Parts: sequence; C-alpha cells; structure tokens
Amino acid sequence: MPEDSVIEVKSLEKNYGSLKAVAGISFEVRPGEVFSMLGPNGAGKTTTIEILEGLRERDGGEVKVLGLDPWKHGYELHRKLGVIAQGFRFFDYTTPKEAVEYYASLFNVKVDADAILKRVLMDDVSGKWYKDLSGGQKQKYGLALSLVNDPELVFLDEPTTGLDPAARRAVWEVIRQLKKEGRTVLLTTHYLQEAEELADRVAIMNFGKIITMGTPEEIIVNHTTGEKLVVKGGQELAAYLREAGLKVDIWKDEIEIGIGQKHDVVTAMEAIDRSGFEWSDLRTRRETLEDIFIRLVGRTEETGERVTA
Amino acid sequence: MISTRRIWADLKVTSRGFIRSRIGLFFSLIFPVILILLFGAIFAGTSGATSAYVQNLDGTPLSAQFITSLNSTKALTLTPVPATEDLSQYLLSHSSSDGIIVPQGFQAMYLAGEPINVTVYGNPASSASAIVSGVTQEVVNAYNLGRANTTEVIGVQSLTIKSNPKYIDFLIPGLIGFSVLTAPMFATVNITSEYKRDKLFKQLSLTPLTKGEWLFSKILWYWFVTVISFILMCAVGIYLFGADITLTAAIIPFLLVGPVLFVSLGMLVGTVSNSPESAAVVGNLITFPMMFLAGTFFPVATMPHYLQMIAHFLPLYYVIDGLNNVMTYNNLSAALIDLGVLLVISAITFALAVYFFKWRED
Repeated sequence: MPEDSVIEVKSLEKNYGSLKAVAGISFEVRPGEVFSMLGPNGAGKTTTIEILEGLRERDGGEVKVLGLDPWKHGYELHRKLGVIAQGFRFFDYTTPKEAVEYYASLFNVKVDADAILKRVLMDDVSGKWYKDLSGGQKQKYGLALSLVNDPELVFLDEPTTGLDPAARRAVWEVIRQLKKEGRTVLLTTHYLQEAEELADRVAIMNFGKIITMGTPEEIIVNHTTGEKLVVKGGQELAAYLREAGLKVDIWKDEIEIGIGQKHDVVTAMEAIDRSGFEWSDLRTRRETLEDIFIRLVGRTEETGERVTA
Repeated sequence: MISTRRIWADLKVTSRGFIRSRIGLFFSLIFPVILILLFGAIFAGTSGATSAYVQNLDGTPLSAQFITSLNSTKALTLTPVPATEDLSQYLLSHSSSDGIIVPQGFQAMYLAGEPINVTVYGNPASSASAIVSGVTQEVVNAYNLGRANTTEVIGVQSLTIKSNPKYIDFLIPGLIGFSVLTAPMFATVNITSEYKRDKLFKQLSLTPLTKGEWLFSKILWYWFVTVISFILMCAVGIYLFGADITLTAAIIPFLLVGPVLFVSLGMLVGTVSNSPESAAVVGNLITFPMMFLAGTFFPVATMPHYLQMIAHFLPLYYVIDGLNNVMTYNNLSAALIDLGVLLVISAITFALAVYFFKWRED
C-alpha cells in the first residue's frame, strides 16, 4: 500500500451474525482526491464508512485513516475528520448558528459561524430551529457542522439525498471547493451522475465486496459493451431489428442498438431503412457509469429493484 | 481529560432545548407547583379539626354548655343546624355524613338522672366520622363523671410532635421528591432513546465531547432544575400555606444524589429499550407506581402494611423519607441512613447506566 494514502483498507471484514456485511475489501484513498463508494442498499457502504470513522469495530483486516487505527484512536482521529452521517439529525431546538458555535466549542476552534453557513447556503435560515427546517436545509446543516473543525478528511454519506436540484448543485460546489482546498473527500451517493461529476475514483460495492474500482472513465472503458445507436421507434421496429440479428433494448419509445463492431452501424441503418416502420432522431450514445452500474449490480441504487437491461 | 468548556457548551444546548420545548419546563417546574397549590388548597386547615353539624333540640343552658364543651375540644368544628330541620335530610342535602343531635329534654333528664342518648350520625368507613363519634363519647363521659361527682384517675395526654403539624408540611418534601424523580427520569428516558434512534450519540461521538462529559452536563442541568423546583415549592408552601418546615444544609445531599440516581435510571431505561415508544412504557411503569407508593402525596405510614413494605424497595422512598426526616422531623441520624441507602442505589444504577450506554457502536 502507498505510504502517502489518507485511507488504507486491507481485507476489511465485518459480520452481523451470519451476514457478511463487508467481505474482505481492500482499497486506498489518496490525499486530495474525491473517492466515491457506490452500491445498492445493503451493499456494505455505510458499514465500511462507519468503520473508517471509528464508529464500528471491524472483525478482520487492517484499516488506517490519516495513519491511525480508527477504532483504537478514534478520539484523536475525530479532531481531523469532518463527517455528515446518513440521515443526519440534530437537536430539535438548536439553530444552525448555535450548532456551529456548539461544535466550535467542542473542537475548541474559533470560527465565523456566519461564513460557514453562507458557504453551504444557509445564511438565510441561520436563526431557525432544526425541527423547522426542510429536508434539504437539514442536510446542509449537517454539512456546515462537518466543516467546523477545518477537517483534513471529510466523510459525506449521501449528503445530497432529498435535496432539490439547485441545493444539490450547491452542495456539489462545496465539495469541489473542498477538493480545491486540498482536502480528501470520501463520498457515498445514490446519484450516479453525482459520482461521475465529482469523484476522481469510484468503487462499486455489492454484497460486501468491491466489484470494480477506478476513475469513472476507467470503469466505463473496462466494462462497456461499446457505443449504442439510439433511434426513436415502436415495438414493431425493435422486433424487426432483433430478427435482423442485432442486440436491441427498448425504453419507452427509444430503441438502443448495441454496436460491437463498426460494421454493426451499417447493418443497423440498413435494417431500419428496410423495415418500413416509422423512425426518427437517430444518434449514437456512449455508455454512462449508470449503464455500467446497472449491468454490474443488476438493480438501481434508488429503488433497490432488479432491472433487466 | 474532562473539559469544562465542552461541558458548558453542552449544558447551554441542553438548557436551550429544555426551555424552548416548554414541555420539559412545564412538567419540571410548573406542574409540581400546580400540584402543591391543588393539594395545599384541598387539605388546607387539616390540622386536626374535623367538621360536623350539630342540632340543639333542647335549647336549654345545659345543652348549650354541652355544645360549647364539644367545641372546646378543638377536635371538632361544629356548624349549628336549626331545630326545625330533619338532620339526616340536612346532612344528605349538604353532602355530609357527620352530625350530632342534642335531644329535647337533655337538661331535664340529666338533672333527674334519667338515661338519654345524644345521637351521632356518621359513616362507618370514614375516619372523620370515627373522630366525631370518639370526641362526642369523651365529652359525654366527662358529663357522666361530673354528675356522679367523681374524678378521672387515668387520663390521656395528646401531644403532637410539632406545635401545629399540617398536611402541607409532609406534602412539600413529597413534591420535592416528585420533582427529583420526574424531571430527570422522563427527560433522560426520552433523550437517550430518541438520540439512539436518531444516531445522535454517533454524531456526538465524532466530536471531542466524551460520554462522561455529556452525562455530567445532564446531571448538572437537573441539579439546577431540582434546586429551582425546591425553591419554588418551599416558597409556595411557606408563603401561601404557612408550612412549618426546617430548611438546613442537610437537605442539599438529597438534592444532589436524587438527580444523579434518576438521570442514571432514565439513561439505563432509554439505553436498554429498543425504541422510544418502549422506553416510554418502561419509564412510566417504573415512575408512576414509585410516585404514588413512595410517600409523594401521603405519608407512607398511613398506607397498609404490605404497601409500606413495597415502598421500602423504591429508591424514591429514601429521597422523600430523607427529606421528611430533615425538613419535618429534624431527625438527622435517620436522614443519614436514608442518604446512605440512596448513595448505594445511585452508585449501582450509575455504574449500570454507564456500562450499558454505548457512545459509539449503537
């Protein structure tokens, strides 16, 4: 393992009774990178993060965070970490400004509470009690608290879940800013686009194991089945193309034709023309991280339901 | 290393939540005052005098003197009823059971040495009726002895431990105990189970705040609430109801140990319960019987023997009994025994709460 890693994980294991929540995973996170963990519910992401944060004891393997064993040296480590836990909650009758000041007292740091709240776009609700805030504002409340101690490493466990698109992009900006400042970020997210937009490297987890890891580009290149030809058309056209020996998927009124070799494009276009059915909007599409994720994991992150691709 | 800065910061957040939620404020400080006003008003003046109605059907100097004799015992407060009324109907219409009739011919028969009965109405199930009947019997005996021109050889001297003990003198220590129990217990059962559900302990464990500092800030806060409640209760008791209680430094240990015990017990219940709902049920199952059986509203000595036995197993009993020993009886050696028992129970409960309370892996 590289010596300059911020996080080093080797053969990490955690069991809950007979369930292997984390089954011997290994990875490392480098200084200043945004590392994202993706996986369906129950894949083992939160258990892994909580072990890295020092909140759970591991059953096997080695873990070092900022050079420390998180379970044995959690107290020392927590001074250097910023954390927003999944489903963040706080005291009902505390305002964001009071909460930032409370954390500043606990960490014994001097902060400009207004500046921190402005950074996460909360300056307009700094005097409202936690219980009166919207879901998105509560998430930003947690994000503000994770920045109070000027952390070297920030754990963000689904920080944008429940946020409207504008608020989500605002949080993305904060994460980009953290990266610019040289901080390391470990991010789990439900949104594959978020990982693609923000992460330097991604690990996809399923059933407690990392099934692939690398930059989003590397994962796409390594797992793609090639580009796709997309055309608008009906079920009859899709059936005709299948009969012509092409690999076809249909989603609403869009037909996706797999392009394994260059010649497939010619074959597909000739078949479309020959079919006599209505068609329009012909274009090509590159596979996204979401396509790869669905193929590898077999279900969507948002619903946990299996999908047939 | 314990940090006073962190304890102070947590204390500020706790106090703000307590005051802003208003529910805690109401049940910790206002509700006990309402109880003392209510019970104080209901039992005001119950220093020994029992009310009864009296009807003089004779209207002679001797019958009037007999009624004066009944009044002079100071055990009865008598209200005259006109001779034209039917006393039994009069009592029913006034929702009372207790009345005395001095019959027509009372003086004539007494002087003639002929038997005549004074009638006493009462309810066999009522202790007040027993008092009316007993006092009347005593006065009748005195008149009989007087007529026989003999004197009593053996008498009974009735004394009270204080010049004028009142129900309120027992109620104040009871309600202070009530505050010592309910405010910390309900709040920590609630806080501990809800924080566990909402993973707030995990959130806090990611800061330098330690489990011990968090716990100490809660104890500090409930010491403060208990002292405020104590001052309110004593002020209302003394200034509104004329309570005669002793205020000495010996009260302080009970006000310190009590909240530690019930914060720990609340934390223990909240920690071992699966959800805030089950924690609330368990908390109520412990709190309510303790509230009624440990002498909060009535002295334990007035309860049946088996309930007195049960009371001795309730931690609150030792808070209230100790406060009674200090404030009502000024019996410091008995209070010291209560304090000793309380310290042992508190130490065990505190140790169990700390053992089961997980700051990290919940």
